[in-house]
Amino acid sequence: MADKVHNHRRKFLKNTLLQSIALAIGAPVVYGKNLTKDILPIALFEEGILSKIPGKSDLLTLLNDRPVNAETPAHLLDNDLTPNDLFFVRNNGIPPSNPDKNQWTLSFDGESVKSKKTYSLEELKNKFEPVKLIITLECGGNGRKEFNPPAKGNQWSTGAVGCAEWTGVKLKDVLKDVGLKSDATYLAYYGKDSHLSGDPKKDSISRGVPIQKAMEDESIIAWEMNGKDIPLMNGYPLRLVFGGYPASCSGKWLSKIAIRNKVHDGAKMGGQSYRIPCDPVAPGAKVEDSEMCIIENMPVKSLITYPQTGATIKKNQSLPIRGHAWTHELSIKLVEYSIDFGINWKPCNLLPATNRYAWQNFSAEIQFPKTGYYEVWARATDSSGDSQPIILPGWNPKGYLNNACHRIAIKVES
Amino acid sequence: MQENNNWNTDLLWSTLLSMISAIVLLSITVIVYFGFRNDIDKFFNRPKYDKLELAKRTTERASIQIDEWDRVEKGIHVKTGMVYDKNFKFIKANCLSCHSSKMITQNRATRQGWHQMIRWMQKTQGLHDLGDSEVNILDYLSTHYAPKDTGRRPNLDIDAIEWYVLDLN
Repeated sequence: MADKVHNHRRKFLKNTLLQSIALAIGAPVVYGKNLTKDILPIALFEEGILSKIPGKSDLLTLLNDRPVNAETPAHLLDNDLTPNDLFFVRNNGIPPSNPDKNQWTLSFDGESVKSKKTYSLEELKNKFEPVKLIITLECGGNGRKEFNPPAKGNQWSTGAVGCAEWTGVKLKDVLKDVGLKSDATYLAYYGKDSHLSGDPKKDSISRGVPIQKAMEDESIIAWEMNGKDIPLMNGYPLRLVFGGYPASCSGKWLSKIAIRNKVHDGAKMGGQSYRIPCDPVAPGAKVEDSEMCIIENMPVKSLITYPQTGATIKKNQSLPIRGHAWTHELSIKLVEYSIDFGINWKPCNLLPATNRYAWQNFSAEIQFPKTGYYEVWARATDSSGDSQPIILPGWNPKGYLNNACHRIAIKVES
Repeated sequence: MQENNNWNTDLLWSTLLSMISAIVLLSITVIVYFGFRNDIDKFFNRPKYDKLELAKRTTERASIQIDEWDRVEKGIHVKTGMVYDKNFKFIKANCLSCHSSKMITQNRATRQGWHQMIRWMQKTQGLHDLGDSEVNILDYLSTHYAPKDTGRRPNLDIDAIEWYVLDLN
């Protein structure tokens, strides 16, 4: 295992060395004006140069360094709760540098608040009942890499997902204290990250959720992740957490909430961002903006987190597998695996979730009939009866919502 | 005859002296080696640089590369990891001052697709009018970062898999 991790790191270093030497070291000189100093310094290692993401393991796969986007390899998501340093990073802009939790405030405004209000982080903690919830966050573009024709954007494979225990307060408690008008339609967030261009008038991202979603018991404003401060890259010191929706709805570095009397029209709410065709289209179709609808629910999905793909075992050995499954629905009711490319499916052991939107753990023990190359596939079915396709689900221009079953490669030798 | 004899004696003496010197030198080497074996081993097996030194040198190398903005190796522009050709300068000037080259290199699109992305950046991200350069930029992107047909679902990337023996004990 240690060897494997080491190999992985070596390979990562090798692959990124050429680009990183230049980009990591060159970035502060060439593009420095828009970078926070937290993204640098660069860590130097014996084997080469690696741009270090603050608070994050160097085992994450770096997809983009400006803005920072990095995903978690499947086998590193094996823990019940994803450790803070392994939780994926999806930034749209540049995080604030050195935000201070003691000075942090959250204000409420918009057409549909009865009056504007501002709370300090301390007030939020003291005035409302704190809750701890285990919630899975998944980027809407997780799995984009597999779409054909390819979709633009960060080419996530399977690792733009993680599940953590969040400490915070229920939005509905705070919104009740703020006081909403009857025409409240949408909750919009604004964060302290800045636009890539450095233009202070532009928001890098300002999205949100329908007011009904904001009123769910599991919709929270959080200041802790797994019992510690939220990592800077994941929104320190304050963020929204909405389970079952694209993670882009869960605003980071949260400084303002606007309650709108219409669907929010902030950055990356319109056009084609975080939208799919309202009606299904053929692969490669051009879809007008007016024909694109906002993604709300994330589909049922699962991930095999043990063993890491590429395992070789002996014919007389049985193979334990395990992983997680999640959905926007009430729960996962079944996880199955196949070792014959989907001809036969067998059920896995499945554990219940602590609360809604927590991922559920599954496991199985597999016997292989003979030696050879196998793929282990996993597919989950949720309480609504929805399941995962084994080929790609509906093509969409920006490559969202790929919940095709996860596959790992196994060799059985005599 | 006398001279010849002298010459022979000289030869004999000088050979003898050389041999004695060689033996003395060898003995000294052997004595020194056995006496200071550990130190010698350490000397030859020492790490070439300690970590700090290595980091310093790496930084120096990197700073040299900052000066060598346009170094190209095997057709790849080292600093950005991008394919280098006559149109690369248009990418450098118009794209990379705003975003990472990874934003381009991890994506694939047709000429039309790249064109749409440029329009999207102009509409929403504050990208300037590219003027005549747009043709060169689209030539570059559609040549080097064009899509491959992967069907309805690609095979697992067998070449990328690092096979390992799973320890099940």
